[in-house]
Amino acid sequence: MVTLTINGAKVQVEEGSTILEVARFYGMDIPTLCYHDELTPYGACRLCMVEVDDGRRTRLVASCLYPVREGIRVRTNTERVIKGRKLILELLLARCPSSKTLQDLASKMGLEHVRFKMENEDCILCGLCVRMCAEQMGSGAIGFVGRGQNREVVTPFRMASEICRNCGACMYICPVVDLQCRGVKSPGELCNSCLVITPQCVEKYGQVMCTLNSCGACLEKEEKIV
Amino acid sequence: MAKMNKIRTPQGLEALRNSLLQQRDPKKPRVRVCLGTGCRARGSLDVAKAFMNEIKKQCLDIQVECKQTGCHGFCERGPVVVIGPKEIFYQRVKSRDVPEIVSKTLLNGEVVDRLLYINPATGQKALYEYEVPFYKKQTRLVLANNGRIDPTNILDYIAIGGYQALAKATTTMSCEEIIDTVEKSGLRGLGGGGFPTGRKWRLCREAAGDTKFVIGNGDEGDPGAFSDRSLMEGNPHSILEGMIIGAYAIGANQGYLYVRAEYPLALKHLQIALDQAREYGFLGKNIFNSGFDLDITINQGGGAFVCGESSALVASIEGKMGEPKAKYIHTVERGLWNKPTNLNNVKTWANVPLIINNGADWYAEIGTEKSKGTGIFSLVGKVNNTGLVEIPMGTPLRQIIYDIGGGILGGKKFKAVQTGGPSGGCIPERLLDLPVDFEKLTAAGSMMGSGGMIVIDENTCMVDLARYFLDFLQNESCGKCVPCREGTKRMLEIITDITAGRGKEEDLELLQELAETVKDFSLCGLGKTAPNTVLSTLRYFRDEYEAHVRDRKCPAGVCKDLIEYVILEDKCTGCGACLKLCPQQAIDAYGLIHTIDPAKCVRCGICRDVCPFEAVIVR
Repeated sequence: MVTLTINGAKVQVEEGSTILEVARFYGMDIPTLCYHDELTPYGACRLCMVEVDDGRRTRLVASCLYPVREGIRVRTNTERVIKGRKLILELLLARCPSSKTLQDLASKMGLEHVRFKMENEDCILCGLCVRMCAEQMGSGAIGFVGRGQNREVVTPFRMASEICRNCGACMYICPVVDLQCRGVKSPGELCNSCLVITPQCVEKYGQVMCTLNSCGACLEKEEKIV
Repeated sequence: MAKMNKIRTPQGLEALRNSLLQQRDPKKPRVRVCLGTGCRARGSLDVAKAFMNEIKKQCLDIQVECKQTGCHGFCERGPVVVIGPKEIFYQRVKSRDVPEIVSKTLLNGEVVDRLLYINPATGQKALYEYEVPFYKKQTRLVLANNGRIDPTNILDYIAIGGYQALAKATTTMSCEEIIDTVEKSGLRGLGGGGFPTGRKWRLCREAAGDTKFVIGNGDEGDPGAFSDRSLMEGNPHSILEGMIIGAYAIGANQGYLYVRAEYPLALKHLQIALDQAREYGFLGKNIFNSGFDLDITINQGGGAFVCGESSALVASIEGKMGEPKAKYIHTVERGLWNKPTNLNNVKTWANVPLIINNGADWYAEIGTEKSKGTGIFSLVGKVNNTGLVEIPMGTPLRQIIYDIGGGILGGKKFKAVQTGGPSGGCIPERLLDLPVDFEKLTAAGSMMGSGGMIVIDENTCMVDLARYFLDFLQNESCGKCVPCREGTKRMLEIITDITAGRGKEEDLELLQELAETVKDFSLCGLGKTAPNTVLSTLRYFRDEYEAHVRDRKCPAGVCKDLIEYVILEDKCTGCGACLKLCPQQAIDAYGLIHTIDPAKCVRCGICRDVCPFEAVIVR
């Protein structure tokens, strides 16, 4: 067992676990996009970065990969962490503005506007589908090609894969493709309906039950009534 | 035959060396032609060939040895030829000079005056290498033998005392002693990281597992850096010897040399060196009868800059995509194929034989308190003496640029020096007295990096320079992590807007914020250092950024969208030189005085270059 401090709480955890696992076990929320319980951690989205003080220095580490060590002090929500996470999310949103997953995260983290030129991509290159296909489906039908801006997920030589069984696991695990944010009217806009949903709904519709599904539909309705 | 060559004892090595030295009379006339890449580009292959022919023709009764050596370092004045036994130093030698050199210097001992280096400051001619200011202020340890030996001949290396450190280490020292010596010497990773080499070796030795690996990193990809290249091309055996000693101390039985495919000569010379080392028994089974086996193989890089990063390099050797991964578990514990792996830069490896031969104390005396030994820099850019410089750590930048480098090209004003390649930062004039070592460079917002040193003069726009390096890095980013892939792209977008005159006031803040986040949040060294140029130029040259954004002016006159070519009325004589060459026909010649039509002008600058009266200026 390893003892560490996480956001001020002293906890004992099994050796070999990662900071993210510990934090989630104790109910502390760390946002992730490229992490899944059943897949090898990848450390690419960098949203899960936390500050770790190991006695010698404080540094930012990817919590999904960092194995817990005796005596470290972890802080998951420092100003530096939040600021960086927001900017990374802003960068991702500028790439894929119609992704509901990203729009929801933006609302949750209080991101209000994107300062970059908007694009309209689908894929955030988190690599979940690639790992899913290789690790859980035992197939490895898709992979990354290209470098930097040209990086994309494709089948070998961009031809219909012989080993793909059309199982759909890649689509199942994809965090961005399936759900499109319905609040976005034109590509490039930040929806943010979900940001303001709680107080307005409660004020105007005492009985509204839909707050859990933060789709913002009630707001639209409200506009129509007025 | 091959078996007979194998050397098993230090005595055997000593005997071979003595017999070689006897054969090689130092008083005999000989020619050493630099065949480093710089001199090759200036035609030294032809010079070497001319020497062979001419020696055959003229030197009938005496035997003259013609040696093709590695880089001498003074690339600016190449091709470099040194004539023994007096060691006369000729520079900028052409094939047509060769008959004269042979007849005068080789046969009669006379000096060909016009081929000597002239010190531009004093006007004095330098007869010998050590009289040239470029060499005078250097301390050449690792590069010392680059210009003395034929890199494709192991006997040359043995004759200057090569592989004696290996003999000493494997026969008289324990593994612990070797690591202690390296640790005490204070040698640090010269690939740029600066991690203490001895400590790394110890960690790798103590790591659990029987199978261990050593790797030599020769994947030098920075624009403007060529120190690893020159070492691999000029003295490959010194790298091998260091690696063998390291592998012996760590307990590794397999080594890899990772060299980029863009260095064909380095690959060739390393392969020859490996074959020869095997032939002489320095590689293979039971090296120096110590019971220690090692083989080293070469891995060719596929052209990705990121593969110079250790974890990406390891992935590339494994046959995977060259992508870095988090190093929270160190390579020394779990590296190549998840086995303990010790990776060092080729320059670091080449320092090891020196330390073993001369002792840790000797090495620790060179350099500063925390950075020991020498640093090798590729001095390039707007400097008079382009070339390879080896100086003790702690030498001030001013001494490197002015005393060794001979000052700024064309007498222009110095603006900044960029150290550490695209990942480094720009150091302004007021910090020129900064001693060069790992800590001081990092504190100034730059880094040691792979040893590139690019001198920048007043005619370079710092914003445009930052844009150039960012463009390189965003192309070379592997794209795995978001901050590096998306961040560098957006930074480039903003900075391109600024250079194109579309910059907004708030862009500078955003650029700063973005740069800091990319630095903090990226996965590997490439991303973590990618914003250095932007951050350092924002720190030291913010006024230039502001001039671009606020006044829509480029103070250095570089950014095409922000400048205007104008012909001065009082200087123009109407000669028509610019008129004829303007590709856009943007120059009108009403009467005598020419004018430039800004609507047609594409700011190519040809008119300024051809004007004999300096009548064309940039505004």
